[in-house]
Amino acid sequence: MDNSLYQYLLILGDNSMILGHRLSELCGHGPTLETDIALTNISLDLFGQVRSYFQYAAKIADSEQTEDSIAFLRTERKYRNVLLVEQENVDFAHVIVRQFLFDGFHKLLLEQLMQSKDETISAIAHKSIKESKYHYRFSGDWLKRLGDGTEVSHKKAQDALNKLYPFTNEFFLESDIEKEMSAKGIGPNLNILKETYYSNIHQIIAEANLTLPIEKQRVAKGKLGYHTENLGYILAELQYMQRTYPNMQW
Amino acid sequence: MKNNIHDLEEKFQARIDAGEKIEPKDWMPEKYRKTHIRQISQHAHSEIVGMLPEGNWITRAPSLRRKLGLLAKVQDEAGHGLYLYSAAETLGISRDQMFDQLHTGKAKYSSIFNYPTLSWADIGAIGWLVDGAAIINQVMLTRTSFGPYARAMVRICKEESFHQRQGYEIMLGLCRGTEEQKEMAQDALNRFWWPSLMMFGPKDEDSPNTEQSVKWKIKRKTNDELRQEFIDITVPQADFLGLKMPDPDLKWNEERGHYDFGEIDWDEFWQVVKGNGPCNKERLKARTDAWDEGAWVRDAANAYAEKQSLKKQSENNKKIAS
Amino acid sequence: MENKSKEWPIWEIFIRSKNGLEHKHVGSLHAADAEMAIENARDVYTRRQEGVSIWAVESIHITASNPENSGELFEPAKDKVYRHPTFYELPIELKHI
Repeated sequence: MDNSLYQYLLILGDNSMILGHRLSELCGHGPTLETDIALTNISLDLFGQVRSYFQYAAKIADSEQTEDSIAFLRTERKYRNVLLVEQENVDFAHVIVRQFLFDGFHKLLLEQLMQSKDETISAIAHKSIKESKYHYRFSGDWLKRLGDGTEVSHKKAQDALNKLYPFTNEFFLESDIEKEMSAKGIGPNLNILKETYYSNIHQIIAEANLTLPIEKQRVAKGKLGYHTENLGYILAELQYMQRTYPNMQW
Repeated sequence: MKNNIHDLEEKFQARIDAGEKIEPKDWMPEKYRKTHIRQISQHAHSEIVGMLPEGNWITRAPSLRRKLGLLAKVQDEAGHGLYLYSAAETLGISRDQMFDQLHTGKAKYSSIFNYPTLSWADIGAIGWLVDGAAIINQVMLTRTSFGPYARAMVRICKEESFHQRQGYEIMLGLCRGTEEQKEMAQDALNRFWWPSLMMFGPKDEDSPNTEQSVKWKIKRKTNDELRQEFIDITVPQADFLGLKMPDPDLKWNEERGHYDFGEIDWDEFWQVVKGNGPCNKERLKARTDAWDEGAWVRDAANAYAEKQSLKKQSENNKKIAS
Repeated sequence: MENKSKEWPIWEIFIRSKNGLEHKHVGSLHAADAEMAIENARDVYTRRQEGVSIWAVESIHITASNPENSGELFEPAKDKVYRHPTFYELPIELKHI
């Protein structure tokens, strides 16, 4: 098996899965019915992407794997998502800011992956880019509503931005796998995306009447499997059925 | 004087008898309006409170496929709540007022959602039984006399056709699985069967509103008729799964052409209706929390919209001035 | 509840299910502004590929006829049979007309 490609699919899939999981926690608890439905739609899109990535990963794996064994049966250190997506929901401002910071990157990444030399990844990216563009529009619009809404919402949005912005640095810290994928023309050179990403999001952050935090980065090695303490709790729920009832079909 | 109330009421009843639909701005008896506001909003509340017991298992769904199915289903329920609130809003009550009635305990919702979901099988049982029972009621309501309610029901029935299948497929998977899975399925059926029967409401003799509702074609069948219909449909489905109904008195009555069934525990029914069910407090708290914690978000969107429209106005004024 | 928030306005939503067909009223929803109305309509009313185009109109901008006037508004059209093709009598053997 091409272990690097396999690991790369985990990086791509885990981001969507863990963020999708966080959004799915909110289903039934949104600030309005309309917003509840919208956030669930994003979660559904992300889980749809997860299935595509993991079905592909299962296909190229040596051992017998399924999308579900890949999704549910790894230990914590084997998950490769960036730390941003596993951060807690806290409040609607955190949900929107986290989403916005991720969407801005996700959209750029998918645009590059559409050009991937790997046909399956390219096909997944072609499908996902439309979803991601909409997510970015949705989260960007809401960022402006919160940032430029009331005093209360402005403060909450600014707090969330201060806390979450420093995690964005991790998008561009290339792991060995990402370097290899970039060299093979399967994935992009992330450094190229960095400038566009920050100029895009800074513009919307400014339109939202928010300011950039003083601290702009932090140590983050989620892609190498070093997570925040949040992930363990996410996995405890995510894996509950598969762990409690091993080898059963559902 | 041609427009006295009595004449109007007679004309109204004649329209209903002729099978005409009533639209929001048409004249209607005040009681017809009030009954509809009550019934439609209760129905809407049931949809959104109904998101909670199932939502409880979204993060723990056992496979990606199941997770997507469940997420989409719970999301649909939010949509159905929304369609129904919209239908009620045409009668001159706001969604906020309806939420207020829910949050203060003035409005009721279907009691079934005050039971906990304790295992994954409960998600199957809810889809199969609770949605099954709801569909019987809702199919009837697609022909109800109030236009917006009937239209909402048509849309809802169309979308809900996958819900019950989703539930039954989960049950089928469990019943074809290991012994442990089958036990899980049986346990879920045991817990949800009786509350599902209660969903159709009290017996006809204890349901004072039924007669008027039938006359106005809000309901076209009585509680007991609908309940019997549900039982007759569902028993063979349980047989197919190889599960046993938790009712020793349940048996086919050749003469009636229906299943006979045991006595429903009406004490429990009224207890749950009055707020003393296993999860009443938790369900209501989840809804009020979501609403209260969302207040600043709703305010922010209003404030932003106002600022934007002011900005647009002043830009327009500038253009005109220059 | 203290400090009641203002409710988001109601919008009426019209969807074109595919090109070639007209927009049709599908229902309503709440949204704080026009963009949000479109986004909410997309999420609420086109989850199953029901549409290719959305119109959102704030409900207060709709002027509706009053059912009390429906007699004078609509009944006069009832007996204008000459507006319908069947009013005109032509020999049965005549085709394509």
